[in-house]
Amino acid sequence: MEIALSHYLILAGILFTMGVFGIFLNRKNVIVILMSVELMLLAVNINFVAFSTWLNDINGQVFTLFILTVAAAEAAIGLAILVVFFRNKGSIAVEDISELKG
Amino acid sequence: MTPVFHQYELGFIWPELLMACGAMLLLVIGVFMKEPKAYRFVLSLSVLLVAATAYFCIKSIGVNPQELFNGFLTINNLTQSGKLLVITGILFSLLLMNKSAEHEGFARFEVPVLLLLAGTGMMLMISASNLLGLYVGLELQSLCLYVLAAIRRDNVRAAEAGLKYFVLGALSSGLLLFGISLLYGIAGSTDYEYIEMFLAKNPVQDIALTLALVFVLAGLAFKISAVPFHMWTPDVYEGAPTTITAIFAMVPKIAAIILIMRLVSEPLALAVSEWQQILIFLAGASMLVGAVAGVVQTNIKRLLAYSSIGNMGYALLGIIAGTQAGMSATLVYMLLYMVMTAGLFAVILQLYKDGVIIEKIEDFAGLGKRYPVFALAITLVLFSIAGIPPLAGFFGKMVVFNAAVASGHIALAIFGVLTSVVAAYYYLRIIKVMYFETAENHVAILRSLSACFVLVVTLAVIAGFVFAPDHIFIFARDALALPAR
Repeated sequence: MEIALSHYLILAGILFTMGVFGIFLNRKNVIVILMSVELMLLAVNINFVAFSTWLNDINGQVFTLFILTVAAAEAAIGLAILVVFFRNKGSIAVEDISELKG
Repeated sequence: MTPVFHQYELGFIWPELLMACGAMLLLVIGVFMKEPKAYRFVLSLSVLLVAATAYFCIKSIGVNPQELFNGFLTINNLTQSGKLLVITGILFSLLLMNKSAEHEGFARFEVPVLLLLAGTGMMLMISASNLLGLYVGLELQSLCLYVLAAIRRDNVRAAEAGLKYFVLGALSSGLLLFGISLLYGIAGSTDYEYIEMFLAKNPVQDIALTLALVFVLAGLAFKISAVPFHMWTPDVYEGAPTTITAIFAMVPKIAAIILIMRLVSEPLALAVSEWQQILIFLAGASMLVGAVAGVVQTNIKRLLAYSSIGNMGYALLGIIAGTQAGMSATLVYMLLYMVMTAGLFAVILQLYKDGVIIEKIEDFAGLGKRYPVFALAITLVLFSIAGIPPLAGFFGKMVVFNAAVASGHIALAIFGVLTSVVAAYYYLRIIKVMYFETAENHVAILRSLSACFVLVVTLAVIAGFVFAPDHIFIFARDALALPAR
């Protein structure tokens, strides 16, 4: 069987959905949320690379490189904020993120 | 096609260059100095830097529209006026932060530097004419703002605000990116002009295009905190230090609104029915939630969060109209919204109780007797935000409602008027508490000269608008009067 564009798009769609649900359904650990965010961005990358090959256009792959770079910066900042939170609260469980409500 | 780089193109991005290079230079300067001297020095230099950037921005309003760097950036009146608004917001934020950052315990030189970098990101995303530039600018802005939210490292609420802002912000960038990737697949390019041409040639009735638009607009709705993507706003506003809340309330939303304006008027100009439906829903829901949920709040910062959610609904009305008049109405609205918010925070940031900036609405009690001038200032600003004539806020609301009615969205405009009446309740309640309630434990004022300056400027705009409204209307009209691209 030949792997067509649609297969890549379906794969990316599934990964992206998993990422989104990982953020909302996760009840345990904030690190898992960070991983879910990463999963979403990588799903988008698959989309871009697939479209780029299909369209025979290099711009999509350039976009992918930018996304990878930004994702790295984002992970660094996210982990830094998480460390700050852990120092204050002594926990990174999702259920402990509960100071602000209203 | 080989990309060419012309040196003269650099001359058109002076504001961005100045701000980016200046921010990095200030970072280096700050490292070699000791706190608290570094904070004060870097802050005053950044005020100068921002003023210089504003000068270059004003100078570039009115030049012929330019496509720079092989169509990567666009310079026209709308982008330059938008940048001017953002820069003004940043200037207000810097002036407001002066003393209050020291009182709140995060007077570090990184704060103004981060704000300047965020400003660079906003200017880039306003100017971008390629989805890649849009994304990079947006991320530069967001990453700086995540850090600012959590800048008080010893405070659990600030850390939580930063964490929530980060997680939901990252989610929104993910949604935006997924939309962009679909748009790229449909149109075959990430260039605004190319997408517009593609949509002109192939009027897509496709579900894929609608899906892409939903994702892109959902991602941007997070940034302007439109309902149903507003969940982060009250928490972040409440948890972040009040000085930083002032920044969040003033600056990033202007940039995101102008970005949406450019998106719907350039690449997506021909997919009107698709984006209009989405925006109508966002605007209606924002106006409703902003008005209703604000009523029960007791924390002034949460209240202002809901107020800003509602205000974004009104701002979207002008975009929904889709006309030039509508867009310039939105620009007027955003300008007045920024000025009014600056005025309100200029007062709040000077009110202390037990050494911390007040947060509860009941803390305003007795202010009318003890500090009549400040109370009068708050009253004026709140009347204006509530939309009571002849103050500026009334005209802001009037032009957006006018635009919505003129384009046939009468039901939405009526709904907007009704919700603004509901919202007036919570603004007026603050005034009531201030004048008619007494408290045994009084607030104290720690006067800050720069905040007072901001207050005077904003009051002049709010109260003086009725005497000389032309300046702002002409500014907004010229911004939208695009010569043929």
